[in-house]
Amino acid sequence: MSAFEERLPIALRTEALEQLLVEKGLVDPAVMDKFISTYEKDVGPLNGAKVVAKAWTDPDYRARLLEDGTAAISELGFKGPQGEHMVVVANEDKVHNVVVCTLCSCYPWPVLGLPPTWYKDPAYRARVVREPRAVLSEMGLDLAGDVEIRVWDSSSEVRFLVLPQRPAATDALTEEQLADLVTRDAMVGVAVVAAP
Amino acid sequence: MTTPIDLDLDGPAAPPRSNGELVFAEPWESRTFGMVMALTDAAALDWDDFRDALIARIKQWESDPPEGECWSYYRCWQLALEDSLIARGVIGENGVSDRGAELAARPAGHDHDHDHDHTETAR
Repeated sequence: MSAFEERLPIALRTEALEQLLVEKGLVDPAVMDKFISTYEKDVGPLNGAKVVAKAWTDPDYRARLLEDGTAAISELGFKGPQGEHMVVVANEDKVHNVVVCTLCSCYPWPVLGLPPTWYKDPAYRARVVREPRAVLSEMGLDLAGDVEIRVWDSSSEVRFLVLPQRPAATDALTEEQLADLVTRDAMVGVAVVAAP
Repeated sequence: MTTPIDLDLDGPAAPPRSNGELVFAEPWESRTFGMVMALTDAAALDWDDFRDALIARIKQWESDPPEGECWSYYRCWQLALEDSLIARGVIGENGVSDRGAELAARPAGHDHDHDHDHTETAR
């Protein structure tokens, strides 16, 4: 592929490739539609929020989740592509975890859906490793100076999910109500879960 | 079409979102995603091979960003998918470019014929 050929508008490249693959019988547009629809509508951060809320309310589950993330997450029925080799890292009073994929954009799809734009951005991927405190601050999360920041670089071998801290004064909330508080950004580690 | 379209960004007909953000910014992004998923699901593409090609494409862009070209994650997906399929011998080196050039030569308004049979477009 020459540089000149790559200048063909990208939408035409995708259309051309889809035509070629359909002609060869390698893809069925209906199957593609189903995958697209699933990741647009059904698979998203609500799954991860359910995992977090269960870990907050069930100490045994929390222990299993930190011991073997993939198995504990699949207990709740969340599995599929990019959901293998899950490692869950728990935030503590003096430890904050944040996740990145420096090489591409590995991301735990079954629990978070497809990654947001900023996660895929070259600036986030490069800078959060070098200067996590500054990047988090720019994203609206100012951590105290004595909080250690641990940056986890995802890969095809390991995909990380952050277990945020449960906000104070939420003892009266049900697991379902707790799940409503959990955001995608908190599970990537660029935010914390705010009290209701 | 000259009438402005009400996109209804927050209502019941709003485009699909994940936590307040569109999952795909443009339709072609979803087609590239769909092709990778369908091919890996059918074992016609190995995810790790694709990921290696994706890493290479991202690295290539980051080390020498083409002048005037904005960063596009799914553009890297599309080109990495082509690289993987060329390496596997599924498509020829210029297969996509040649077919793309044919598509580019279509007369204006080719896709506004509402009587056509959509299955015909796959030739």
